[in-house]
Amino acid sequence: MNHVRVRDDECKGCAVCVSVCPKGCLAMSGKLNTMGYEYVHFFHEEACTACGLCFLSCPEPSALTVLAEQEVE
Amino acid sequence: MGKRLMKGNEAAVHGALMGGCTHFFGYPITPASEISQAAAYYFTAAGRTFLQAESEVSVINMLYGAASAGARVMTASSGPGIALMGEGLSYLAGAKLPSVVIDMQRAGPGLGNIWPEQSDYNMVVKGGGHGNYSNITLTPASAQEMFDFTRKAFELADRYRMTVFILSDAYIGQMMEPVEISGPVLHGQRKDWAVYGDSQSRKNLISSIYMSPALQRKHNEELQQTYRQVEQEVVDYELYMADDAEIVFVAYGIVARICHSAVHALREQGIRASLLRPKTVFPFPKNVVEDFAKRGIPLAVVELSSGQMADDVSLAANGNVEVLRYLTMGGETPTVAELVSSVRRDLATLGSRRSS
Amino acid sequence: MIGQVQKFGKSDSFYDTYERKGEGEQSTHYCPGCGHGTIQKLIAQAIDDLKIQDRTIFLSPVGCSVFAYYYYDTGNIQCSHGRAPAVATGVKRTVKDAIVISYQGDGDLAGIGMTEIVHAANRGEPITVFFINNAIYGMTGGQMAPTTPLGRKTLTTPFGRDRDRDGMPMGMAELMQAIAAPVFIERCSVATPKELLKTRKAVHKALQNQIDNKGFSFVEILSPCPTNWGMSPVDARTWMDQQMTLLYPLGNFRDSVTKQDDRPGDQEEPLWLDDEALVDLLKGASDVPVMRMEPLSETQRVKIAGFGGQGVLSAGELVATCGMSEGLAVSWLPSYGPEMRGGSANVSVTLSMEDVGSPLVDHPNVLLVMNGPSLDHFEDQVVENALVFVNSSIVTRKVRRTDVRTIYIPATDLAQEAGLVSAANVVMVTAYLLLSKAIPLDTLKRCIPLVLRKKAFLEKNLSLVERTMVYLQENGMV
Repeated sequence: MNHVRVRDDECKGCAVCVSVCPKGCLAMSGKLNTMGYEYVHFFHEEACTACGLCFLSCPEPSALTVLAEQEVE
Repeated sequence: MGKRLMKGNEAAVHGALMGGCTHFFGYPITPASEISQAAAYYFTAAGRTFLQAESEVSVINMLYGAASAGARVMTASSGPGIALMGEGLSYLAGAKLPSVVIDMQRAGPGLGNIWPEQSDYNMVVKGGGHGNYSNITLTPASAQEMFDFTRKAFELADRYRMTVFILSDAYIGQMMEPVEISGPVLHGQRKDWAVYGDSQSRKNLISSIYMSPALQRKHNEELQQTYRQVEQEVVDYELYMADDAEIVFVAYGIVARICHSAVHALREQGIRASLLRPKTVFPFPKNVVEDFAKRGIPLAVVELSSGQMADDVSLAANGNVEVLRYLTMGGETPTVAELVSSVRRDLATLGSRRSS
Repeated sequence: MIGQVQKFGKSDSFYDTYERKGEGEQSTHYCPGCGHGTIQKLIAQAIDDLKIQDRTIFLSPVGCSVFAYYYYDTGNIQCSHGRAPAVATGVKRTVKDAIVISYQGDGDLAGIGMTEIVHAANRGEPITVFFINNAIYGMTGGQMAPTTPLGRKTLTTPFGRDRDRDGMPMGMAELMQAIAAPVFIERCSVATPKELLKTRKAVHKALQNQIDNKGFSFVEILSPCPTNWGMSPVDARTWMDQQMTLLYPLGNFRDSVTKQDDRPGDQEEPLWLDDEALVDLLKGASDVPVMRMEPLSETQRVKIAGFGGQGVLSAGELVATCGMSEGLAVSWLPSYGPEMRGGSANVSVTLSMEDVGSPLVDHPNVLLVMNGPSLDHFEDQVVENALVFVNSSIVTRKVRRTDVRTIYIPATDLAQEAGLVSAANVVMVTAYLLLSKAIPLDTLKRCIPLVLRKKAFLEKNLSLVERTMVYLQENGMV
């Protein structure tokens, strides 16, 4: 399954990724990180297509990482 | 060795190329345009880079860019143009970038006129832009020195990673004299701090930002340390007929040439006049001024300004002796005859004051 | 085997950690939802994809993106406000293989730096400019930018931007389009996923153009500033998509297929001269031999005066060249500037056995006057026993001073008889040198070719020297 890894402590809670995800895989977590921001969480692995729009629209360099399921050696 | 008759302005460009300068960025302004014109010819003919920028503001930032990329860079302008470069000069100092700038001084303030003054002294010698910084400032007094000093300026700029000014004037630039194109061609070396757009220099950063007061303070202290080192190592001056001095002219640039003649004229009348000619005004030859002052030998500062260098002389003399000021502004220059009569008058006054 | 692999993640072109505040951090200094972060990721990704990390030099401007150098693991230069295109010019003309990126905000590029961007574009500097238009001064806390929409309240337009007072929002992509040189101009946005993907493509293209040395590429990117706009990051994007794009229409404005290399320039690029060739260039052909036989009887303080076009300055140059070729110390100082254009001209020349002190000749002992006003001006300044040469073809009055030696010579007439319209200066100099015995005639003849601009007239000039000598002999002057 595909996966979006969220680094809680780098997320500033802008929610842009939540708004752009076509499948609604991301949501605000309701929890605050050490900076005091409510970070997002990824909860819908089944629907994620690893399209990368969340990553591309996120202003932070490494808050999100998109992992795609595929054949590996 | 053969010599060529050429203007100081042209000699500067020859000196630059012999000094390894590869990039000249210019913007026209009288009386410095001839330098850009000569650079446009010689730099292009030699396969170096000449570019006429859209303003002096752009000029100094092109210098900033080319110096960041490790080039030996140069421009030339006059007071109004140098003033426009102020912020860029401060950035060059803050980022510790070597560059060479010629200021062919003209009369101000404002548009003023194109005749010679020495009224950019404070602007150039004391920095010119914002922040605590200094520029090495060389003051040629002949076409040959326009060549020699400009050539040398690139070595100094690289050695201390700072801007070196050639502080000259309209007369020195316009005057033709025999110039010897001497010395080997110098070349800048690869700089370990510059940004070349390659893997070796990828980690390098050219910047003048220090976000915390503590880091900014450290940076400033390092800059000041460099300036103190420059004061020890770079100061240069000429003493002319100074062994038996009873009065010493202090003058640079075209005025030093007039004083040179005045020394002879006064000596013909039995007055043992001498000349101290600073070849650097930052660093200022304060020790030699102090020495004359302590020996009670009066100093006569002859300057085409309101007394900008005279203040440095007074500071060095520290009240030990009279500092006379023969000042001319507006683009006029004192005649030898005027200097002779001023000295005769003032020596008489000083003498009678001492004897009374 | 089925596994998970990273499909989108941090770019290699970013540092692992950012040392902005002394300790390694993972997050940027940007506010939540800031467009800068998004755009800088796109750029980093393009640098990765194009494999130009080592070659890239990133210019950080003044503005919110001033700290870009903390993030990009490339060559970095921080520039003063608005001047990045000038700095980029300096860099690119020094290291031609570097990939130079000028990243600028709207205050930086469209306000204080308008001159620099327009001229860099006009020169077609082969660099890449990313113009981040968020319609506000962000770093300073939210003041009006040149791109702020009409009616928008900012800290410096508390009642809204007013057309009459503040002018219209500035369309930079349109302005760029008015300039011929740029090869690529596009305006895009990061408001929606669709636009974001177009932006990614434009960023890539603008850098590829530089790799291909195509020319100047300009990408304007509409970007949100939620903090200073007073909107949530999501609302800010919605507003951009629905309102800001009306003011700043998206699209490609130019995508030239011609490579810069394929365009014919006006000139061949000159070759780099090595040391030897450089010295040859600088020493030129004017090296003159030094061969003085006898000492100069008196320092010559010469003033030559006339009107512009009479060859006053070159007469002085001829005298100085003669002096130099005899190994004398010489100086030549012109009057100059506006007064030279169509007005009077004069030059001071000194010939001396010792170093020349003042090159200013206040009291000449030799005066050459080519026209009437010059005699009026300088007659009283010459010393006693001075030599005064008067061009009697033009000067109608006599010299009033009785304590000087005056020589009247119809210089203009003699020159014209010799078929030279403007060689009265040669007559005057010949007369002076012969009568004063300062310089031998042979030296004069040897130096004329060094000074003469129009080489075709050399023979006529040399015979004019002879003619002058004959005239002086005929009239008992020598």
